[in-house]
Amino acid sequence: MMTTRRWVMPSLLALVLGLAIASIVVGRIVLGWNVWLDQDTIGRTILLELRLPRALLGIVIGAALGLAGAALQGYLRNPLADPGTLGVSSMAAFGAVLSIFFGIADWHPWVLPLSGVGGAIVGMAALLLLAGMTASALTLVLSGVILSAIAVAGIALVLSLSPSPWAAGEIVRWLLGALADRSLDDLAISSPLIAVGAALILTSRQALDALTLGEMGARSLGIDLRRAQWQLAGGVGLVVGASVAVSGIIGFVGLVVPHLLRPLVGAKPSTLLVPSAAGGAALVLAGDVVVRILPGGSEVQLGVVMSLIGAPFFFALLYSMRRQVT
Amino acid sequence: MKIDSRLRVAELTVERGGRRILGSVAVEFASGSVTAVLGPNGGGKSTLLGCMAGLLSPSHGTVELDGTPLPSLAADERARRIAFLPQIPEISWPVDVATLVALGRIPFRHRASDAENEAAVRRAMQATRTTQWSQRTVTTLSGGERARVLLARVLAGESDWILTDEPFAGLDPAHQFEAADLLQSLAAQGHGVVLTIHDLALAARIADRVVILHRGRIVADGTPEAALTPSTLREVYGIDAQWVAVRERGAPLIAIHGRHAS
Repeated sequence: MMTTRRWVMPSLLALVLGLAIASIVVGRIVLGWNVWLDQDTIGRTILLELRLPRALLGIVIGAALGLAGAALQGYLRNPLADPGTLGVSSMAAFGAVLSIFFGIADWHPWVLPLSGVGGAIVGMAALLLLAGMTASALTLVLSGVILSAIAVAGIALVLSLSPSPWAAGEIVRWLLGALADRSLDDLAISSPLIAVGAALILTSRQALDALTLGEMGARSLGIDLRRAQWQLAGGVGLVVGASVAVSGIIGFVGLVVPHLLRPLVGAKPSTLLVPSAAGGAALVLAGDVVVRILPGGSEVQLGVVMSLIGAPFFFALLYSMRRQVT
Repeated sequence: MKIDSRLRVAELTVERGGRRILGSVAVEFASGSVTAVLGPNGGGKSTLLGCMAGLLSPSHGTVELDGTPLPSLAADERARRIAFLPQIPEISWPVDVATLVALGRIPFRHRASDAENEAAVRRAMQATRTTQWSQRTVTTLSGGERARVLLARVLAGESDWILTDEPFAGLDPAHQFEAADLLQSLAAQGHGVVLTIHDLALAARIADRVVILHRGRIVADGTPEAALTPSTLREVYGIDAQWVAVRERGAPLIAIHGRHAS
């Protein structure tokens, strides 16, 4: 067992590196090694303005979603938890869309991501209120359904009411996220928020471990659960809100990755956090390479590919858990 | 190091949803002995234990550990001194046994070195004879094995006090005695052990002291023979029971005849 655990992190990091290189090279125009050396070529522009931000955002956003999924699963003690399936991502998108609709997103570059964070934190608070600490899988999944329904309807309504002629396209862009056409500015604004959120999540890792013994067990070990709850709501809110404000909703990353890694690194919630971040980065990078090599006139949204992979996975997981769910 | 500690419950009243679960309970426990808290279902045993572990807030009254009220202790400090094993222990993830036992060291996370923590986990696993399962996943253990592992988790904290709610539930007689032996040996080493239990005969065998809770009040408190009298048992449980001397055995045993016909 221990020998398995030792090679997991280096392998994941190697995978992330390989996929990041693929993400930079692969696309309508395949970039060669010489672009790093050439000056003032189209290749260099593509590299610095399109591919590099895209690969780096893939790493940051994938890591954020993987980490958020592992933290939520640990806190709720439920392998079905994920910011996407629980509606936290949808609420983040709703928050971001509202700030655009009311025009406050133009005030300052920070307003949009912070509105996403606000939406995600409201989503987390509603989730904890609806599902509570000792939630069954059923209440949890239904809470996610309710939150997603509210947020998706809100996004569609707000964008339909907006004077933009591209409203329909905008709705799709938010609901089925993507990494295309983002800049290094997006990265610069989202990364600090994600870093703070990740730090909040990582400092609550002992609470997550203690929760393996249930609420009473954790408190008997001296864990302040109220503090842990706020720390996680804030941490998950920050990482998910800041990611979704940049990419739109990319679902299922936080669901799939911890589940795949649990047999490799062990089920202890704290040991799953960092590998899940690396795994999330790898999965999002891989998905983002796939959307570029799929045949067709226009690029498929990354959110579509993730849902196509994630939803059957969710189905299989729910099916295998069906006896415990009710 | 000799443990000399007292856990004092003073005028403890717990009301939940308009119902009085404990009414002005006053009792003091000293380390170095096994106390069994008995009483019918709903009598307030688990609530008393939860308050003594600092996990439930009473409506009135206090629990003091060596003169300090529990709410005045930092949560970590309280957890280092009082270990608690709930009635239905939850294990949410299929972690391996060593990982589960090591959770008992969480209150020491800012205090002890990794080596100290590992040594304590090792000692707890040796005491419960669970070392051979360290790499096994908890979900693959039988009920008896699981109970031993959970007890190891509690022992890993090396706390002065071990409060355990129904530690023998679901165990076969052999495993019950094994767990009981372990709790007795901990008391012999100086720890304070307080447990709730339904099995009167087992309680009579293993406890130094028996406290009987009935409708939120203490109705008997003393040595097993002094507390578990036929009249008390008739009043509390509505059963007929008596102490019988069995040849070849030093101590008398309690025999239950059945429900009291009134």
